[in-house]
Amino acid sequence: MSTPDHLLYTKTHEWVRREGGEAVVGITVHAQEELRDVVFVELPNVGRSVKQGEAVAVIESVKAAFDIYAPVSGTIARVNDSVSKNPQVVNQDCYGVGWLYTISPVSPDEFTRLMTAEQYTKQLQAETH
Amino acid sequence: MEPLIFERSIPGRRGYVPPPNDVPPSDPSAFIPPDQLRATAATWPEVAEVDVIRHYTRLSQLNYSIDTHFYPLGSCTMKHNPRVNERVAALPGFSWLHPLQPAAHTQGILQLLHELEQLLCAITGMAAFTLQPAAGAQGELTGLKIMAAYHRRQQRHRSTILIPDSAHGTNPASAALSGFSVVQLPSGPDGLIDVRELKARLTGDVAGLMLTNPNTLGLFERDIKTIAALLHEQEALVYMDGANMNALLGVARPGDMGIDILQLNLHKTFSTPHGGGGPGAGPVGVTSTLADLLPLPRVRQRGKSLVWQEEGTASVGRVHGFYGNVGVLVRAYTYIRSLGRDGLSRASRVAIINANYLKTKLQEICPVPYDRACLHEFVATMKAVRAHGVNAWDVAKRLLDYGCYAPTVYFPLIVEEALMIEPTETESKETLDQFAQALGQIIAEVRSDPEMVRHAPHRLPVNRLDDVKAAREPNLRWRPGRSPNWATAGQR
Amino acid sequence: MDYAPNTEEQLQQMLQTIGVDSFDQLLADVPAELRIRALDLLPGLSEADVVQLGEQLAAKNVSLKQATAFLGAGSYAHGIPTAVDSLAARGEWLTPYTPYQAEASQGTLQAIYEFQTMVCELFQMDVANASLYDGASSVAESAVMAIRATQRPRILVSEVVHPHARQVIATYLSGAQAVIQEIPSVNGVTDLEALGKALGDDVAAVILQQPNACGCLEPMTQAGELAHRVGALFVASVYPISLGVLQPPGAYDADIAVAEGRCFGSPPAYGGPGLGLFTTTNALTRRIPGRLAGCTVDQSGRRGYTLTLQTREQHIRRERATSNICTNEGWLALRATIFMALVGPRGLAELARLNLDKAHYAQEQLCTIPWLRLMWDQPFFNEFTLQADPAIDLESIQRRLLRAGVVGGYRLAHWYPLWPQATLWCVTELISRDSIDRLIKILKHAV
Repeated sequence: MSTPDHLLYTKTHEWVRREGGEAVVGITVHAQEELRDVVFVELPNVGRSVKQGEAVAVIESVKAAFDIYAPVSGTIARVNDSVSKNPQVVNQDCYGVGWLYTISPVSPDEFTRLMTAEQYTKQLQAETH
Repeated sequence: MEPLIFERSIPGRRGYVPPPNDVPPSDPSAFIPPDQLRATAATWPEVAEVDVIRHYTRLSQLNYSIDTHFYPLGSCTMKHNPRVNERVAALPGFSWLHPLQPAAHTQGILQLLHELEQLLCAITGMAAFTLQPAAGAQGELTGLKIMAAYHRRQQRHRSTILIPDSAHGTNPASAALSGFSVVQLPSGPDGLIDVRELKARLTGDVAGLMLTNPNTLGLFERDIKTIAALLHEQEALVYMDGANMNALLGVARPGDMGIDILQLNLHKTFSTPHGGGGPGAGPVGVTSTLADLLPLPRVRQRGKSLVWQEEGTASVGRVHGFYGNVGVLVRAYTYIRSLGRDGLSRASRVAIINANYLKTKLQEICPVPYDRACLHEFVATMKAVRAHGVNAWDVAKRLLDYGCYAPTVYFPLIVEEALMIEPTETESKETLDQFAQALGQIIAEVRSDPEMVRHAPHRLPVNRLDDVKAAREPNLRWRPGRSPNWATAGQR
Repeated sequence: MDYAPNTEEQLQQMLQTIGVDSFDQLLADVPAELRIRALDLLPGLSEADVVQLGEQLAAKNVSLKQATAFLGAGSYAHGIPTAVDSLAARGEWLTPYTPYQAEASQGTLQAIYEFQTMVCELFQMDVANASLYDGASSVAESAVMAIRATQRPRILVSEVVHPHARQVIATYLSGAQAVIQEIPSVNGVTDLEALGKALGDDVAAVILQQPNACGCLEPMTQAGELAHRVGALFVASVYPISLGVLQPPGAYDADIAVAEGRCFGSPPAYGGPGLGLFTTTNALTRRIPGRLAGCTVDQSGRRGYTLTLQTREQHIRRERATSNICTNEGWLALRATIFMALVGPRGLAELARLNLDKAHYAQEQLCTIPWLRLMWDQPFFNEFTLQADPAIDLESIQRRLLRAGVVGGYRLAHWYPLWPQATLWCVTELISRDSIDRLIKILKHAV
């Protein structure tokens, strides 16, 4: 269950879910566990246009800061204010209420460059060995 | 716990009364327009001198310091701070000088500063020094500005700095603040700069290499002359972070190694007190080619007197409000004159022997990656304790229970679960033996009672502090009328 | 004297334990061609001799304890309560380093938390850091911070901000994609009309100093409003003692307020070490350079203090840190904390009024001298600019004063060549009425 099948993944440990014309973005359980206690999330401004692979958000623990990259190109449509107020929800439910932001509209062909759950799991195994 | 000074406040109490007014008193509104007057006083504590003395004496007793504990903080050179330095710096002829007093009033301090520049040149082999930077990181900034100015003068466009992955965080931060982009240089398998990796990254855009020698593993860069020659062939410069200069006094001089720019940390190598986080001093030395780029003003002989030379078109400019941390410079001068030729050499020799001795003692307990003769410090790894659910941070906290300040933890980044240990020359063999014994006992405790180690320290005024809470709900100041609301207020 | 306790005999034993025959074997990595035999220095001195050397050098200076100096111009001499020296000399304050191990550094951390609180209270700002190097580098860091926070390139700085601070800004920003533009002054204060014209939506910050480099009080409220109208940050560089009577930066909505805080409890020391005070608003907390101490709890729920929001800093963020600063001015911050606690709100107001009264007394007396007049009709705190008649040879007047053990006002021509006859006079509570009266007597007979 740590890598849900219905999501797509990036090498940099973001997950993406298509929801209507939007791509919902968050970080994976693996990323969340590496970070340990999330203490601060800096989200992009709504309306900002972003390119696939561009750093758009920052997640911080006490002793580290990680960039979060845009898995697909588009415009930041919504951001999850509840993670700004309560960063710990990223630790508690990273695939659910701990989502970070959405991008719209999205071009379908960029999704082909993302990984399936199976591919992402393989990458994780490769990283730990 | 000691309450906050604000919680001791009683309206009307006073700790200091300014001198009486001997000129006709006026209402401030006679001189200051009403809309520019302060409306309400600052909510500062109202306390008596005895309250202040007891409060800050008790607070001081909650600190570990060099004066009270072994303080093997790697790369920080926590050596004993001789008291004579304090005595000399406190002389009113130094401490009560105004920076704009005329040269006729300041010949003594100008002579001291001028001599200190020359002493640092002799120790390092550099051609000229500025004493202006207020700390090591400001010295780095100054040095990199000099590097940029040099390339501008040569009409070369150079925008990147090579920095080894073992470098202090200040190095990339200073490079970025100087407008350079940073290219990281991976260390070789021996922990040193890998000449092949260096060559691969030595493009025409490289302004210089910023290295630390000995590096943060305590290892001397064996190939330093080759490295410097490679850089110079590309018309790039070599910057040396002199944070670890305590290894090199009377051993080798950066000027002979091909170093173009060097900063020293006087609060490390030359024993000025760290003060709970400064003040430091970060003089920068350069080769003769770069001397006219140093910050202004500079001390110069004019006729029979010394004066400040303010003019110079090539200089990178000013980095300090006046001439630098003069109070720190007086202490360092006193130290260098006290130790002199043989004393300084002996300091580095004993620092190196102490580090190697402690390393040998610890090797029975915990591995030291990059195992070769180190100079003034070494890095051990606590990887083995991870099997017990314990990490280097926990071991460091447990060391506090044994009356030792902790080594530098998780640095350099190229060693997992790193403990970076610098004993300095001012620790005795007995202290080093005790430290080795303490670490041995802690490793035994990790096996027998990992849970206890994970929750260390246990014998300090507070136990493990909640860093996550501190970062998630930043409470950076006390507010009048309310104590930090989640915490139990201390007893009065 | 080398302060290294191990005896030669112990060192030999230690080399044996290490498993080498000689010290030189430990230097195997140092190429022989780089090894030096001896340092080219004089032999060391005994403690008694080094003290004597220091005393001899100090005796070649004339300290503020011997001369009367009407000098301010960025460095202000104020009284230091004895308890400051006494407490700060304790080894537990003097000899630890940055409190990385919070549990073994609660004294330093609580003192920083108290410092941050008192500085915030004084400035009426939301957040203060644990200190920067000095006032000048704090002004420069404010410019760096404003450029990053607003993503705009232009910095407007008044020409009556201390020239050394302006020079440090220029050094810090050289090489960055930044433009520094100086705003002229008129009648001793920043020209608001010129400021208004220079403003645009590419301006990151407007920087003013209060009181300014000529001693005059600036129209901070109006300048701040102008800056905010185009979304620029307003930066105020202030003089802490003056805040006993003058409105604090929070009252005129400064976004960043900085100061040279050395005057709180530390001697001038020929210009350094200084103490950079740096404050900002809640909105900009995560952009602040330098260390921050925060209050938290331990595992038993007891109150404790720790360094926090460290992801801003160089040891974590490296090239993307808010600043490269590591070592700051901790010991001077401690001295300032003790100073503020001792002096208290009433003491600070009294000190400020003393400075105000004495400076105005001195100014009135000086202006009874026929060839001297106040250069600008502007309110001032404890420092003011006088204009001498064109015929007066100021150098010879200064020499005459010096022979009498008096250092006259600083010649502003060093900084502002267009004002050759201007001198900047400062009077703090350390200058007695007698000294002022004596100055007047000398000057009356000087021409």
